[in-house]
Amino acid sequence: MTDTAVEIRNVTKVYSSKRGKRSEEVQAVREMNLSIPRGKFFTLLGPSGCGKTTTLRLIAGFETPTTGEVFIQDKAMSKVSPNQRPVNTVFQNYALFPHMNVARNVAFGLEIKRVPKAERERLVGEALELVKLADMCDRKPSQLSGGQQQRVALARALVNRPAVLLLDEPLGALDLKLRKAMQIELKHIQEQVGITFVYVTHDQEEALTMSDLIAVMKDGLIQQLGDPVTLYKTPTNQFVADFIGESNFIKGKVDLLGEGKARIMIGGEQVEVSSGEGNLMAGQAITLTIRPEKIDLSRQGTGGLSGTVQDRVYIGTDTRYIVALHSSETVIVRVQNGCDSEAGEFAKGERVTVRWRPEDARMLMD
Amino acid sequence: MDGLNLGPPAGDLPEVLIRIARMEKRNRFASLIGPPGLYLILIFLLPIGVMFVYSFRAGISGPAHDSFTLANYQSFLVNSNFHRLLWRSAIISFTISVLSTLMAYPLAYYLVFRAGPNRVTLMTLLIIPTWTSYLLRIFSWKLILGSSGVLNSLLLSLGLIEKASPILIYSRGAVIVTLIYVWVPFVALPIFAALERIDKSLLEAAADLGCPAWEAFLRITLPLSLPGILAGFFFALIPTLGEFVTPLLVGGASGSMYGNLIQDQFMRALNWPMGSVMSMAMLVAVLLLIFILTRLGSIADLAGF
Amino acid sequence: MSKLKLPSLGSIYFLAVCTLLYLPITLLIIFSFNNSTTLVFPLKGFTLQWYGQLFENRELLKAVGNSLMIGVGSSLAATILGTMGAIAIVRFRLPGRSVFLAVAALPLVIPYVILGVSLLILFNEVGIPLSAFAAGLAHVIISIPYAMLIVASRLVGFPDNLEEAAMDLGASYWSALLRVTIPICSPALLAAFLLCFTMSFDEYAIASFLVGTDATLPVYLYSQLRFPTRLPMVVTLAAILMTITMAVMLISEWLRRAGQTSGRKAQK
Repeated sequence: MTDTAVEIRNVTKVYSSKRGKRSEEVQAVREMNLSIPRGKFFTLLGPSGCGKTTTLRLIAGFETPTTGEVFIQDKAMSKVSPNQRPVNTVFQNYALFPHMNVARNVAFGLEIKRVPKAERERLVGEALELVKLADMCDRKPSQLSGGQQQRVALARALVNRPAVLLLDEPLGALDLKLRKAMQIELKHIQEQVGITFVYVTHDQEEALTMSDLIAVMKDGLIQQLGDPVTLYKTPTNQFVADFIGESNFIKGKVDLLGEGKARIMIGGEQVEVSSGEGNLMAGQAITLTIRPEKIDLSRQGTGGLSGTVQDRVYIGTDTRYIVALHSSETVIVRVQNGCDSEAGEFAKGERVTVRWRPEDARMLMD
Repeated sequence: MDGLNLGPPAGDLPEVLIRIARMEKRNRFASLIGPPGLYLILIFLLPIGVMFVYSFRAGISGPAHDSFTLANYQSFLVNSNFHRLLWRSAIISFTISVLSTLMAYPLAYYLVFRAGPNRVTLMTLLIIPTWTSYLLRIFSWKLILGSSGVLNSLLLSLGLIEKASPILIYSRGAVIVTLIYVWVPFVALPIFAALERIDKSLLEAAADLGCPAWEAFLRITLPLSLPGILAGFFFALIPTLGEFVTPLLVGGASGSMYGNLIQDQFMRALNWPMGSVMSMAMLVAVLLLIFILTRLGSIADLAGF
Repeated sequence: MSKLKLPSLGSIYFLAVCTLLYLPITLLIIFSFNNSTTLVFPLKGFTLQWYGQLFENRELLKAVGNSLMIGVGSSLAATILGTMGAIAIVRFRLPGRSVFLAVAALPLVIPYVILGVSLLILFNEVGIPLSAFAAGLAHVIISIPYAMLIVASRLVGFPDNLEEAAMDLGASYWSALLRVTIPICSPALLAAFLLCFTMSFDEYAIASFLVGTDATLPVYLYSQLRFPTRLPMVVTLAAILMTITMAVMLISEWLRRAGQTSGRKAQK
């Protein structure tokens, strides 16, 4: 069996719509090349309009590529209609059949394949057990809560043992607590069943929680592909850094280059950062990125950048400070509450020093 | 806080206000349904009641007028001609409704699933001519298809036939075809509405689960459009039972229907009591059908087809 | 690059049905200008004489007058009564609502022959003479359900506390209805009026029982059908009637549709 569940080769999807006399063209997906490995929880992450749902529908077969080809388990899908593809979809609005009860909804795909009744009932029972809805099989979708409907949709798809399961923002309609619980459950189910999941979401925290691999998308292009830790710690461009987690972006100029380290001038003051990849030249303008929780705040002292606390917000586990630097930029700093650091708490207007370890800051070229 | 009157003690206040509000609401509601309700009772329900009473009378005027007799019902139950005509009308009406529904469904389906954003306009286009007097439309078809009519003259002048022939006039078939022609757009309307309401993502889900197009139609689209089909079917069936104008125009002798019988009793034979009995029989049939429709409607919802 | 789209089976079917629907009226219009007393091809020349003759026909003009009277009168009554009923069923959830709704909707499915003969009996008992007025009374009954439906569907599109808001600002309930609810419904009111008028104007079955000697247009038309010499006049008349009806219905539909979209916007 192949190790690649889905391959997308050079796919572009263009929508053209006629508005009066003009025709508009929208490039939903641009020259995409993507390999989704088998058995992994793969997520397409990005803001609305970035093309992630279009990509999903291209895999499912509801859209056809304008150019390029989609392969599922190494077979070309260009002539294969959605009902013949070895994929199943969990729709955003669940799309449960309102005139059938839960059991018949889940059994639908099996009925189409003419699976004999006894076998069908067994498989449906297993699927409902998996999503913990075994005692709801006689209910109609309208009698279920949102979370329950979502699980029926999942069971209905999984019972067919597809090669790939596509999930289109399935948790969007649920409240926060339920969503977080379902994220963990989905992850467990995926690990248990071993099917390749291709998940679409705009919620970066959700993506980081559940995924083995994430593709961050913007305007139809993949910005970066990697596992959660890599994406979080080493974003390759400003969009990814900004989209995943919270980031600070500070502009500066390269002052001095050393071995593996560089000295950056920011508003008259100096900091050290690890130089990372890329060719740096003295005098070059760069953007530094650093996560708020990696910044160290202390009372005014030597080294680091000096600034004034503009605002502070208590968020339960942390306190969030907005510090205005001398260079007129602001940085966001997260300090864990109850920490024993010599810093303690800072008041509005207090002068502070902003510091970080060189290896926690990254330089972005764009 | 000086001088402010804060009102009576909190305990009594809410209940009294609620009761007044409720009474006001009831009065307004009564005032609103009063006039239309009264009108409906006087000009719709009352006449039917009077007709019911009339069915027990012996005659229209004089002492016969004030009598009470079951003779009319007896002769109705005994007269096999009446039964035959009633049965024939029922068959004709049923045929018309079934065929109209079968012909209307593809129209509605095409409009909803294939016609794109213009479908509402196209549906309206279909409906508008049906609002013109059907008397006129049937009459014009008579002119077109009659032996001295348009079609025959066209074929004659084109040399396609040698002699005019009275196709399709004055027969039971003419009644059926004419009424189907009248009903198809009307029946298409509720089917159109029902098909429109179907969530299109359900069909995507069915395809996603391996369902080919024809099977998705049978398993998803058709069951979900069932309420519309039933509505259209019965909406055509019930008025057609009492149809008499079309048979007069194109039915001839063999195309006469039950409604003609009633009309005849009232306008020519002047046997109003007998006519009332016949009308009551039809009314019972109509009410029965309406009852069946409401039961079918809820069964269609519950059964999960 | 665009694909050449072959007409689908569905569109051919639709086109065929549409053609059949519009064919009678098209032919009638053509022949109303035809210089011949029979409805045959080939056409014999253009003429307006049949139109001219219409205006000299006194019986016809009287029938037109009757139809207009009944049409306007019954539509007005049906629109008013239907509006009251619509407000009642949309804004109130009290016992009696479903019974009222059922009774008001019943005329939609009761065969006209029953409506006609039952009123014939009643009017005879009570002493109301058979006349245009009698037919008009009956037409209100068949029109009320349609008026109610049109106005109700417009009302449903608007937030249900508009009357409350007006009363909160000092208006009495009836004042609130007149100043707020009715104006909001005005496109629907007009659409309902036009629809009811069309139905009454073209109605034959019930009228045939109740008009007595005051023929309405359809009744007059029917009486002329067996006179072959009157054929051109009948054809011309039919052409005019159908055109007017379709025009009126188009306006009514357009009003109803425009009313619904603005209602949906108001709900947001």
